[in-house]
Order: sequence, then C-alpha cells, then structure tokens
Amino acid sequence: MRAYTPKDDVQAKAYYTDRFYVAPQVPKQDVADDAVFAADLEAISAKFEVKESFIQVGQMVVYINANDIYAVLELMRDELEYTQLTEMSAIDWLAKDNTFEIFYQMLSMNKRKRIRIKYFIENGQAVDSVEKLFRSADWSEREMFDMFGIEANNHPFMKRILMPYDWQGNPLLKTYPLEGDEFAAWYEVDKIYGKEARDIIGPELRDTARVDRYDSNRFARLGFEVPKGTEITDDMEKTVQSYQEDGGVFLITKLDKESSKVIDDPQR
Amino acid sequence: MAQHKVNYTQDGGLPVALTSIDKIVNWGRSNSLWALTYGLACCGIEMMASGASRFDFDRYGTIFRASPRQADVMIVAGTLTKKHAEFIKRLYDQMTEPRWVISMGSCANTGGMFNTYATVQGCDRIIPVDLYLPGCAPRPETLQYGVMLLQQKIRANKAGNAQKAKRLM
Repeated sequence: MRAYTPKDDVQAKAYYTDRFYVAPQVPKQDVADDAVFAADLEAISAKFEVKESFIQVGQMVVYINANDIYAVLELMRDELEYTQLTEMSAIDWLAKDNTFEIFYQMLSMNKRKRIRIKYFIENGQAVDSVEKLFRSADWSEREMFDMFGIEANNHPFMKRILMPYDWQGNPLLKTYPLEGDEFAAWYEVDKIYGKEARDIIGPELRDTARVDRYDSNRFARLGFEVPKGTEITDDMEKTVQSYQEDGGVFLITKLDKESSKVIDDPQR
Repeated sequence: MAQHKVNYTQDGGLPVALTSIDKIVNWGRSNSLWALTYGLACCGIEMMASGASRFDFDRYGTIFRASPRQADVMIVAGTLTKKHAEFIKRLYDQMTEPRWVISMGSCANTGGMFNTYATVQGCDRIIPVDLYLPGCAPRPETLQYGVMLLQQKIRANKAGNAQKAKRLM
C-alpha cells in the first residue's frame, strides 16, 4: 500500500508549494535488461553519441546531442519502426543550471515499445524542427515556442498557438506567476479600451470569495439586512425578516414566532 | 342581414384594450427576448438544454439566434478567456439596442475557479452586465428564472428612452 498523505489541503497546496520542487525519481534499470531496447540503443549509438541511457517504468530514455535530433528521429522512424511521435515539449531547468530539457516521446506500434529521446539546450538556444519527419511536431513545437519561448529552426509557421499573437511572456516557465504578470493582468483592458481605461475599470479582483460586511452596496448580510447604501456599524440590531404577507395566505397559518420553539442544538 | 356581422357594442364588448406605449413596447420586448447563441464552456450545455424540448425556452419567446444582429440578449455562458475578450466586445457592439447581457455561471461572473493568467476575471470587465446567475453550472431552471427576472427589469423601465450607458466607458 502507498503511504498515506493528508489530502485535506490539496487545493490550497498549489499556492504555497515550492514551484522549483523536483519530485523524487523512480528507480532506473539497465538497458541490457530488455533485449528490444538493447538492440535499439545499439543501432542509435552506432551512428550517434549517446550520453546516457536507462529504462524507467518500462520505457527507455536516451540522452543525445542537440544537433543530432533530426537524424536520430529519422533513423528511429525509418529503421527502428518508431513511427509515432506522441508527445514532445520542454522542461524548465532554468533555476538549476539555465538550461531546458527537450524530450521526444516515441511509440512503436510494431514493437509495442516507447522510447524517450532527450537533450539539453542552453537558455535562448533554438532547436531543430522535426516537423518534416512527424506532422505532430508542427503544433507541439509551436506550443513549446508559445509556452517556453524556445524557437524551432526550419519550422514552417513559427507562431504562438494557444496564447494570442500579441501576448508577451511564456506562461509555462516556472518563473511566470500563475495569476499572470502586469501585462497579463491588463491585457484585455489595454487591448479593447486602451491604457487610459485602467483607472476606470480597475484591477482584477482575484479573491472571488471576498465578502465585506461593511459594504452595504454590494453585500447583504443575512439577518442584518439594511437598505442599500446604509452605513454599517458593529452594534447594529438584528433585523427580523418576515417572508409572509401580513394578512396571511389562504389555508396557511401565519407563523407566530413567540409561540414557536427554536431548536438551537443541531445534535439534539 | 349578414349572419357574420358582429355587434361590437354587445356580446363581449369592443375589441379594444387601453394601455400605454411604454407597456405595450415593453410587453413586446420582454416576451420576445432573442438570445445570442454564445456557449463558451460547460454552461453552454445547460443553455442548450434550456432551449431544447424538456425545458423549452420557446415558451418565453426566447429563441437562440446565431447572429448578434438578430439578438436582444447575450447570454455569456462559460469561461471568458483573455484571448476571446476582444470578440465578446465586438459581438456586443454588433447587437442592436436595446440589448441586455446575462452573465451565466461562476466563470462569467468572476472568473470562477480559473484564477489564472489566461482568464478574464468576470465578463463585466469588458461589457456591461444586467444579470448575474450564480452556479457552476446553473441549472436550466436558473437560466429561465434569470430570463424572467430580466423580463421584469425590462418591464420596469421606460421604453421610449434610449438605453442609458450602463458603464462609464
């Protein structure tokens, strides 16, 4: 059984956990344990430099040089039967050593195996596009550009894919605040009404559960209802609300609060 | 004498009802609120359910239109992203006056649970809103009750005056 961890604050946790936290790794196995992977690795390492390789959760991970990526994926597609690029993106290691880790998740339907090709690039360095090999890389590389700011050389349409074209900033960087930076906070106001409208529209209210009991314009406190705009003080009388017409309704007896019993204890 | 001739002074009286211009114009407006088909997220599913046979929005004279030029009320049903913000403003501007806006659900009201960089924190930052419906997502009954409240609001106002600007902009 897995060790029990308290789950009472999972939603709030995202706001105070360290965003640079690196989760512990599952154990790595030797590539020689799996005959299919061993043959694949041999084919790759015969032509290209392999920096590191291991098996993790039944999938082989191979680290190569950034310049070899196109040729390695071409070899894997044409000779090793890894015909699908299921996913590719980047991992932000800027805080650790100013690098990005780029990964390409490959699937072979014939061999029923998955291989992950990885390499590191410096911050600001571009990668080689593999869009000519795999059509799926088209949008993946655009997303990587959008979210991390990593450009892909020889890509036919290197533009943002999710965020608007005039967006500034790369939201998936670990340094990017979840609630957006200054540009993001005023994006729609600046674009539609112009910067001079900022004062009129005001900043975003991020605390949607905010209740101000002294503000009678926007909030009505239950049991202390007052007309809109009334000044509220701490020593106000409780207002007794009656939701029944004075004359009563046909066949319905009017509630007499004096003669009725209020049960205070819910556990009675 | 012709058999079909009706004597209006007898048998039910004159076919005349006296009313004010305000009342009859508002009666027409409030009972044919054509809504802009504007489902942005899961609230849109509830909005579609309201229009379908089980809840049957046609009873209220509310018919969904695919063009802002034919619509009276914009039901903002769902999460409004910052990328989409300029389009909601454009569609609102294309609607003919008088026009009303219902903000449906938590996301359209306040951004809801999407406390992120990509979501507009309440569609009232972009367009003036007449009615906020709470819920995530509100049931079709809530939307229908909201439309009934909007009808009350329309009937309470003067019909002749041009709509006042609901916002400083």
